[in-house]
Amino acid sequence: MSCFLCNSSLGKKLVMSVTGCCLVLFLLFHMSMNLVAIISPEGYNMICEFLGANWYALAGTVGLAVLVVLHFVYALILTLNNYRARGTQRYAVTVNEPGVEWASKNMLVLGVIVVLGLLLHLINFWSKMQLVEIMGGEGSTVGGYFISAHDGATLVAYTFSQWYYVVLYIIWLGALWLHLTHGIWSMFQTVGWANDTWYPRLKCISNIFATIIVLGFMAVVLVYFVYNLCGGCSACAGSL
Amino acid sequence: MNFKLKIWRQKDAKSKGAFETYHVEGISPDTSFLEMMDILNNNLVHEGKEPVAFDHDCREGICGMCSMHINGHAHGPEQAVTTCQLYMRKFKDGATITIEPWRSAAFPVIKDLVVNRSAYDQILQAGGFISVRTNSVPDGNAIPIPKADADESMDAAACIGCGACAATCKNGSAMLFVAARVSSLAKLPQGRVEGARRAKAMVAKMDELGFGNCTNTGACQAECPKSISITHIARLNREFLSAKFKD
Repeated sequence: MSCFLCNSSLGKKLVMSVTGCCLVLFLLFHMSMNLVAIISPEGYNMICEFLGANWYALAGTVGLAVLVVLHFVYALILTLNNYRARGTQRYAVTVNEPGVEWASKNMLVLGVIVVLGLLLHLINFWSKMQLVEIMGGEGSTVGGYFISAHDGATLVAYTFSQWYYVVLYIIWLGALWLHLTHGIWSMFQTVGWANDTWYPRLKCISNIFATIIVLGFMAVVLVYFVYNLCGGCSACAGSL
Repeated sequence: MNFKLKIWRQKDAKSKGAFETYHVEGISPDTSFLEMMDILNNNLVHEGKEPVAFDHDCREGICGMCSMHINGHAHGPEQAVTTCQLYMRKFKDGATITIEPWRSAAFPVIKDLVVNRSAYDQILQAGGFISVRTNSVPDGNAIPIPKADADESMDAAACIGCGACAATCKNGSAMLFVAARVSSLAKLPQGRVEGARRAKAMVAKMDELGFGNCTNTGACQAECPKSISITHIARLNREFLSAKFKD
């Protein structure tokens, strides 16, 4: 039984489904955590401190890294297989079959954009927060200011005061949205928990779930960007 | 009606093929696509040229032989029909029609539009059957089967093994075919007994023959001439995974 996860097409797809499911749940957690940054920067910093270089946060980080690597490596293996199975000679005329979503045919491309965005995100935040703590530092100098490893709110405010990061993050979140709209219902199909009655429901749930997650992340980016643009007038000075 | 046909010509499995252009004129709108191909071949024979090789047999939509990729669609632009059930009235007069063989690594081209689909036969031989002792014919209603189960089994059994699913799939995956065969037997008490062994054997053979992995695009069900749903793929996934976890 142990090897069907490595040598069978459906076993490999099960790995994609289960790792994908875990990553979707992580996104939900991360998005909920980020929303705190809009309501209360102090509260957000408390969470940042809680998720510093302690054993449970480190175990979580390692677990997530394993999930991302598994999901990505399996995607590469499966896509390479699929490319070979398609054969060397391609159709001269291709069409979009009715009812086939664009995202479903471009999951690897979307996944690569998501991973590239993830790398940028790790450089922007993780390397200046948890990594600094792991290395035994207190904080790092960002844009001429010293920012403590626990001061996530200031780091968020600084990062999204730069328009190009806002644009990059919106592109990243757009790719994530498309990836999730296909990925979420697809993970049910792969484990066999789907049928003709449930396809419309599952696709609807996927779209709603993906939209909630992406809007949650985008809200933080945009709120901090707009706040910085208007210079922090008295209307919202109390909250941010 | 007049048509310009761009047809894939390939001498044999080893040769390199190319498109050639032909013109057919005076075609009745009620001509079936295969009859139009017959008219073209008749013209080619009269001109002393090699006719276009294409697979066909029953010409009533049940044998699954007429494998042609027409204007980007398996079995042409009409939904839920085979090429033999496609009529020229579906096309505009004077249109250019591009005809290609199935393109999939597991279906190598033998000649022109003819591909070798024996990979599907090998998958069937691996487990797409039930083991019964030969004896006198059992009574028709000896084993009661719920109507809903019988219906679902029959929907899956409508599969004619034409290969349109793997030919359409961007991953060259045979999952809809394998799923239809597994599903049609799994929903009946006679097929239930060997369900686990069947799912494992057929998936293993499918992988071995070089078919790709399903990414749930649903292109197969859109192009399937028998409108077989990917709900059967979900059942195959269930059958396979539960069989593996029981091992």
